[in-house]
Amino acid sequence: MKRLDRKTRKHALMLSLALVTGGFAGGAMAEELRLITWGGYAPDDVVAQFEKETGIDVKVTLSNNEDMISKLRATGGAGFDLAQPSQDRIVGVQRQFNIYKPIDFSRVNTEQLQPSMVKATKDSTELSGKHYGVPAVWGTSGLIVHNSVADSVKDYTDLCDPAVAGEVSYRLKRPTLIGFGFALGLDPFSAYNDRDRYDSILAQVEDKLIDCKANVKTYWTGGDQLLALLRTGEVKAAMAWDAGGWKLNAENPEIRFVAPESGALGWIDTFAIPRRSENEEAAYKWINFVMQPEIAAKITNASGNFTASKGADEFVRAELADAYRASFNDEAINNIKWYPPVPPGLETVEGQVLDRVQAAN
Amino acid sequence: MMKDSASRLSLWLLLTPFLLWILLLVLVPHLQMLRVSFQVRESWDTLVWGFDQYQNFFTESYYWRTFVRTGVMSLFTTFLTLIIAFPIAWYIARLARGRARGLLFLACLIPFWASELVRTYGWMILLRESGLISSWLQLLGLADAPVEMLYNDVAVIIGLVYNGLLFMVVPLVTTLDGMDENLVEAGYDLGGGHLTVMREVVVPWAMPGIVSGCIVVFMLTLGSYLTPILMGGKDSAWFTQQIFTQFITRFNWEQGAALGVLLLFLSSVIVWIGLRLSGQSLRKVMG
Repeated sequence: MKRLDRKTRKHALMLSLALVTGGFAGGAMAEELRLITWGGYAPDDVVAQFEKETGIDVKVTLSNNEDMISKLRATGGAGFDLAQPSQDRIVGVQRQFNIYKPIDFSRVNTEQLQPSMVKATKDSTELSGKHYGVPAVWGTSGLIVHNSVADSVKDYTDLCDPAVAGEVSYRLKRPTLIGFGFALGLDPFSAYNDRDRYDSILAQVEDKLIDCKANVKTYWTGGDQLLALLRTGEVKAAMAWDAGGWKLNAENPEIRFVAPESGALGWIDTFAIPRRSENEEAAYKWINFVMQPEIAAKITNASGNFTASKGADEFVRAELADAYRASFNDEAINNIKWYPPVPPGLETVEGQVLDRVQAAN
Repeated sequence: MMKDSASRLSLWLLLTPFLLWILLLVLVPHLQMLRVSFQVRESWDTLVWGFDQYQNFFTESYYWRTFVRTGVMSLFTTFLTLIIAFPIAWYIARLARGRARGLLFLACLIPFWASELVRTYGWMILLRESGLISSWLQLLGLADAPVEMLYNDVAVIIGLVYNGLLFMVVPLVTTLDGMDENLVEAGYDLGGGHLTVMREVVVPWAMPGIVSGCIVVFMLTLGSYLTPILMGGKDSAWFTQQIFTQFITRFNWEQGAALGVLLLFLSSVIVWIGLRLSGQSLRKVMG
């Protein structure tokens, strides 16, 4: 190595000092709400309006159930001020990892929420007398089908029909297990707390899914990927969310969302406050802000999913309301199977089933 | 004395970011992962030490089948990348001159200005049933129905080779560049054919570049996540995917950590075997 003259050495010293100290010089922060949520639940115009009215900066992180739980678990409930997990994924996780804090319902404007949904969410997120969730957005999983195959695909298990061989897609995740369970005439939800019965249901579902694998084009992993597959016609029938189906229906009337004969699977995404939230005040402000009817309707228009806000329906785009009515008649609505809370440990067993299906040939 | 301590101080200060990086981002997480991999969840809030996760790996056939599959496919990808990259590197280092050389190098580099995700989507647009290649084949009358080229192992390997190409070309160009033309000529003068000169002169000379390229490409391939998942479809189990699934989807950090440790072990062993077989040492290869 060449010898450095004194001046260069001095510069090197300064530079290294600057490198070391530079990392610690953070600026003062404005008030901030760190929100971890699903795509479409915090549209740009809603965020902008909230920032304008309250002066609080909103930092949105897009996520899904498992990712949310993993992130919060890794930090013991820090890093975010407000999260939006599904209601069935709160109690088990809370008991296991203690990542949320109870909701203070006196700070939530429950007047503007649908009472039946508030009650349902309170019941399903109750742990030792405390409630951990406020209902926010709800929707269902069912079937998105192309008209050309609509006659042969009426239930989840019809995705294994030879008529649609090679033109089918679904996820390798727990909703698929549950959906196929119902379509096989079993009732997975009632077996949640009866491990032996649940195992036998899963075994039958596993066989069915392995048999069905030849029919599948690919297991979809992201919403955009699935929409692209359906849009190009490479996939004609898929198990997926209602909102995706309605979005495609608006582009191409040949594609529809249908509630399966054995029942669509209904979920409610909530607001839950991480245990080490640094700005609870802003979190409650956000909850009360977005559940106002006009604002909630904007979320519905952006995500395609309906909200727990009372009276928001009249502000929703007409096509979306029509698409919803076309997919759900009264009978189909009454037949929706709402997810009950997942007991801890269930997902380990389900995970092994999914891994075996993935690895099967 | 004064000078000595000042230079030592500046050396330490310059080293600090690097040491912090290694310690905090590499060493500590791996040790933590090793610890977690030996913890067994007895019930929902108690942990004991044990080997259950490693035992699972051997008893559940899908784990080790994916493990073997990932290893074999990564080796094959590395080999294929080498075969494709060698002529390219040879051309850039020995035949191209001046501007052409710079341009060729740039052409190899430009795809890497976009992220792996974008490159993978690019391949998907080409290969999918409604994609470019399929529709060209139909236009040319070579196929009478859309052809699906995506969602199989060949597609995965195409994507992986493409992603590894640059990391093979660069070290090869560097070593081939320094080779004396006279060596090749002497080889021919002494009566060697193309193959003999290649085997006896060029390859031994380029060996450090070949090995370092292979190590980098192999590591990248073994640890890649996006390409196998997006291009592989339903049968494309990749080991990194199982690690991700255990950590993120199943919340089973213990199992995920054990699989992670096994992957690290596999890659280290294969690199070690590769170095032994090619008679290279890590020090020679890396610098």
